[in-house]
Amino acid sequence: MGAATESPKRAQGGHLTDTAANDGFVVFDRVQKSYDGVNLVVKDLNLSVGRGEFLTMLGPSGSGKTTCLMMLAGFETATHGDIRLGGKPINNIPPHKRGIGMVFQNYALFPHMTIAENLSFPLEVRKLGKSDREQKVKRALDMVEMGDFGGRRPAQLSGGQQQRVALARALVFEPELVLMDEPLGALDKQLREKMQFEITHLAHSLGITTVYVTHDQTEALTMSDNVAVFDDGRIQQLAPPDQLYEKPENSFVAQFIGENNTLEGVVTEITGDTCVVRLDDGEELDATPINVSKVGDRTTVSIRPERVEYNKERLQEGAHTLKAEVLEFIYMGDIFRTRLRVAGNEEFIIKTRNAPDVDRLVPGQQIEIGWLPQDCRALDA
Amino acid sequence: MSDTTDTGPVLAADGTPLKRSLARALRRQKMRALMLIAPLLIFILVSFILPVGDMLYRSVKNDIVADTLPRTVVAIQDWDANSGELPDEPVFAAMAADLKDAASAKTHTKVGTRLNYENPGIASAFRKAGRKAKKFDIENDGPWKEQLLDLNKAWGDVEVWRTIQTYSPRVTQGYFLNAVDMKVGPDGAEARPESEQIYMNLLKRTLWMSMLITFSCIVLAYPVAWILANLPMRVSNLLMILVLLPFWTSLLVRTSAWKILLQQQGVINDLLVWIGVVADENRLVIINNQFGTIIAMTHILLPFMILPMYSVMQTIPPTYLRAAKSLGATDWTAFWRVYFPQTVPGIGAGSILVFILAIGYYITPALVGGTKGTFISNQIAYHISTSLNWGLAAALGAILLAVVLVLYWAYDKIVGIDNVKLG
Repeated sequence: MGAATESPKRAQGGHLTDTAANDGFVVFDRVQKSYDGVNLVVKDLNLSVGRGEFLTMLGPSGSGKTTCLMMLAGFETATHGDIRLGGKPINNIPPHKRGIGMVFQNYALFPHMTIAENLSFPLEVRKLGKSDREQKVKRALDMVEMGDFGGRRPAQLSGGQQQRVALARALVFEPELVLMDEPLGALDKQLREKMQFEITHLAHSLGITTVYVTHDQTEALTMSDNVAVFDDGRIQQLAPPDQLYEKPENSFVAQFIGENNTLEGVVTEITGDTCVVRLDDGEELDATPINVSKVGDRTTVSIRPERVEYNKERLQEGAHTLKAEVLEFIYMGDIFRTRLRVAGNEEFIIKTRNAPDVDRLVPGQQIEIGWLPQDCRALDA
Repeated sequence: MSDTTDTGPVLAADGTPLKRSLARALRRQKMRALMLIAPLLIFILVSFILPVGDMLYRSVKNDIVADTLPRTVVAIQDWDANSGELPDEPVFAAMAADLKDAASAKTHTKVGTRLNYENPGIASAFRKAGRKAKKFDIENDGPWKEQLLDLNKAWGDVEVWRTIQTYSPRVTQGYFLNAVDMKVGPDGAEARPESEQIYMNLLKRTLWMSMLITFSCIVLAYPVAWILANLPMRVSNLLMILVLLPFWTSLLVRTSAWKILLQQQGVINDLLVWIGVVADENRLVIINNQFGTIIAMTHILLPFMILPMYSVMQTIPPTYLRAAKSLGATDWTAFWRVYFPQTVPGIGAGSILVFILAIGYYITPALVGGTKGTFISNQIAYHISTSLNWGLAAALGAILLAVVLVLYWAYDKIVGIDNVKLG
């Protein structure tokens, strides 16, 4: 729901850039990073984040996303390339002069200070007067609904409360940019979902630019204006969540975001925006070519489980059909999850909404499944 | 249904009160735990607590006078020492009888030595009188006042008799007064003349030097502990061995090494002369004084400071410093406001350890301290092994123990002992 209403705003959001000329608020320009002089952890990163945008860096561990965040915060220096903030290069500015708010993975609340002292700290080092400080601290604590906890120590708070305080502390000195390094990783599922909503809401209502790092794809999809998917030191795709899910540009993104069925084969024909793929067992099917360039390329065809239909009456015009055998039926409450053997692949999953008119499949049953060619994307092998 | 009734206590399944049932169940566990620690408990009781208690008792014990001179002690009770006159004939007669018994039992020199601690010179009076005392005929010879005065004119000194009277009770505060440079005078306790004052100055020096040693340990250990805590595990383990290596070396060896390094013809002086910083005829005196003691003891006690500091610093994640910097703090502010306060428990633990160890140190000051750099423990050792005045040694030890306990109490009040982390 939220994703649909906000998508027009996202359209102007961040984008991958090829050149240095860019007017983004945060710009990575051909940034590389190596720790040991042998391997690049970040390889040629170009990224622009617009003012007020909520950008998430998503990727498996070791993909370079945290390194990027640390370079932006100033705790790591880029081996090559420029990082610009508001148009000015910040490579040589020490962290304490960058004025970037940061929320750490384990909150990093100072244990020897009370909550109010923690929040007051950034204001004290900025030499604000006492009454000014008290006022801002109070406002920030009220903002995260922690107004009554100013006199407590961090150890006396629950994980969720510490999380709110960490957020308030990163925002109390009114930075224009806030970085968050997997801030919800330590919370349980319910609290995490609640905090996801609160953080997004707060970031948008204050209009601050946010760069958020996570390895949790649900978090990335629900919170962000734009998601940058990292792997192997590169951004694999930068797009709004809906595009990322529905139109993955390569097989890594397709596999990493959401559940995904793959069939392997060779491209035999390309005509405009459709192509024909001959699967390894000889079956041929229509697909949308994404990053296959010529006939004879090996390709991985990707189909989302919920776009596969087996009820013949519901199959749409032009749908491609294949034979399948039911191997396993799992009842999951709101949906049914069925594992099939399709074209030699025994891990083919389909998801069906639990509705009164849906047949429950039985293992051993022979069925015919189908999908639209535009839902079936031919990606790199 | 619940086990409780509205009126009575909670009952166990067999009807006994739950509390008693629980206590019975736990009694066996407690007994077993006690049995397990019994060997250690008995060992500590026999080899540590009882001897220490006995030593402490010696600091006030004064049986020897009353046991050796039983008649004199009774007779002298009513004598007024402040009258300026010698005691009457019965006291002298009692003393003569006591001396005769003591001389035949050969205990007269012991009581002389005891009283000599309080009034130097008395020992010879007892020794000389003892030689003749065996032939005393208590019934027929006399009067004893003249007899004793003829024997040694010390018996005509009012102060000698005052000393005997003062130290006739079986419990005395004399050792403690002596340990704080005081004595029992005509009007009760009074300070000793300045030339005889030793122990208070020595105690002050011991405290002051222990503080200096503790402070220099803090200054030296802090960066080392920081490096150990922040290096990768592999490197820091290697460095940790370097910290522990002197720890495993004999104390005597390390102290002797400092003797070689610091003496006037030693390595450091040779080096300074060779560089030209110091002229050959003006070699630095850096041993057999306070400076030598401080250097050697700082080195020896350093691991006791590094280890608790390291164990505390290890638990402080580097994200705190990063968080402080991201909030706008300079490197110094981040260190001073965020990192340092979290290391205080380590500093506290290290300081208590080093200070308490330093205050009782004995071998190192004895070897490199000369006369100016010795500690009060060296005096205790002297009285235990050379002068054999165990009562005074015990009093000095008790005072040292009390000082440490008072400092520990003060530390607990100021910093809080539960803030201390030893590992």
